[in-house]
Amino acid sequence: MELKDIAEMIKDRYPTELKETKEFRDQLSVVLRKDRIKDVMRYLHDTPELHFNFLKDLSGVDYLGKKEPRFEVVYHLYSLSHRHMIRIKAEVPEEDASIDSVVDIWAGANWHERECFDLFGITFKGHPDLRRILLPEDWEGHPLRKDYPLKSDLGEKEWHGYTETVEIAKKNKGYEVI
Amino acid sequence: MPAIEKDMKTKELTLSMGPQHPATHGVLRVVLELDGETVIKVTPYIGYLHRGVEKLAESQTYLSALPLTDRLDYVSSMSNNVGYCVACERLFGIEAPERAKYIRTMMSEMTRISSHIIGVATHALDIGAMTLFLYSFRDRETLIDLFEMTCGARLTVSYPRIGGVRNDVSQEFLDKLYAFTETFPATIEREYETLLNENRIWKQRTQGIGVISAEEAINWGLSGPNLRGSGVPYDLRKYAPYDAYEKVQFDVPVGKNGDVYDRYLCRMEEMKQSNRIIRQCIEQLPKGAVMAPDAPKFTLPPKDRVLADMESLIHQFVLITKGPITAPVGEIYVATEVPKGELGYYIVSDGSGRPYRMKLRTPSFVHVSTLPLLCRDAMVADVVANIGTIDIVLGEVDR
Repeated sequence: MELKDIAEMIKDRYPTELKETKEFRDQLSVVLRKDRIKDVMRYLHDTPELHFNFLKDLSGVDYLGKKEPRFEVVYHLYSLSHRHMIRIKAEVPEEDASIDSVVDIWAGANWHERECFDLFGITFKGHPDLRRILLPEDWEGHPLRKDYPLKSDLGEKEWHGYTETVEIAKKNKGYEVI
Repeated sequence: MPAIEKDMKTKELTLSMGPQHPATHGVLRVVLELDGETVIKVTPYIGYLHRGVEKLAESQTYLSALPLTDRLDYVSSMSNNVGYCVACERLFGIEAPERAKYIRTMMSEMTRISSHIIGVATHALDIGAMTLFLYSFRDRETLIDLFEMTCGARLTVSYPRIGGVRNDVSQEFLDKLYAFTETFPATIEREYETLLNENRIWKQRTQGIGVISAEEAINWGLSGPNLRGSGVPYDLRKYAPYDAYEKVQFDVPVGKNGDVYDRYLCRMEEMKQSNRIIRQCIEQLPKGAVMAPDAPKFTLPPKDRVLADMESLIHQFVLITKGPITAPVGEIYVATEVPKGELGYYIVSDGSGRPYRMKLRTPSFVHVSTLPLLCRDAMVADVVANIGTIDIVLGEVDR
């Protein structure tokens, strides 16, 4: 099936959800509203002509100052039987940074969504186990947001976790800390 | 049975395996909830190696982001580089010359062999079959030496470039590699497979363990030998060919039962197929340039020209410091088949010389997430077998 036909099918079925479609280097991007994202995904997964059974990737993008709404959650779907790929982009505003989880449809989305939550602070509603995944539980902020600094603001100061560990080690006899 | 055992009270035990554990292949922490020897629940914890590669890449130019990709799956850095270069070439709309494509294909397959050697050897070592480790690392050494001969580095190679490869391969390299391919399939059969394929202990430890059905494997997004072990012939070298894969003949081995043993067999067969591809690449290797010449906005000029004429020097200086300033606005997802599975680069370009967003879809990240699924009804010893069979590298999981 041609990529254009896929876009047409989504447009026919969900005319109010689809915002725009873009094609770049033979890859199709479909921008959707986030409210009924799960219905659309279910449709893409279950319809035999489309049969997007393989979730290649799920990620977030932060367009701070570039466009509104600020975030996008990007899904790359692939059909192993038809061998076609599509990129679904759901727009997520900053004030309500949440979207429905698709773990029920593709179990593999579980960790991708946790990662997106961890690094962008986007909440996935209905996710069975939404915790930080790459960063420690007590980490503050979401590093892949564009307003998160690249370099630490600690400067010459030691990270508090390290100084605490040193204090504990000093209390325990027999340890010397360089 | 003695009376004392009849009245024995038992309770569930929570055991933290890792982050420092010889069988976790890096710094992976797995929390096991055990009832005796039986595993009730497995919870993997990752992030110990998180370096923020995606954040770092946003501050780098397209050229200087290349060495970051070495450090993802550090046992198959060449494949990661190739994947990145293929993705960037597609974004810029340029094409590498034929010779470079063949060289990259050849290098990718060498990496596949050396990565599968590590995967299978450490996997066997965890289960108790130590000898394979010693034999196979001898062969891996040959390949690593060949990498060193071409680009000076053994592990973190950074050899491919956007639009080609850094330098041409020497005749000595090709001769040595060809000599290696002549004996390697026999080595696999004689030394590796005789140790394990029909080994009773090995079969008992692997057959029927960590079973995952084809539907589940697809639903969980597995790729590479882990998916093919369940009988799904999904291989990006066939499904979406890049570089010279369209021009070489090879088969994609698939398993039947989706257990640890089938995944092991897939990896063994893949090594033989990689060997086949390398031979064809050497035989068909076309002559010509190794860097795309007609795309000066994106590719570095050859070193001898940089030293000889002013224009190339300026060109190199601008490319290194500013990056290709005319990267087209757009976004692209390009995936390549690395030894572990599907490595995808999702690059968003805003028209500047640096990637606005670079998401790395690494196969190991997805594979670790299926560990609880593989360890259904498993015993403690099977957890070790399951960690080995998904063949993870934690540098790639944590990024």
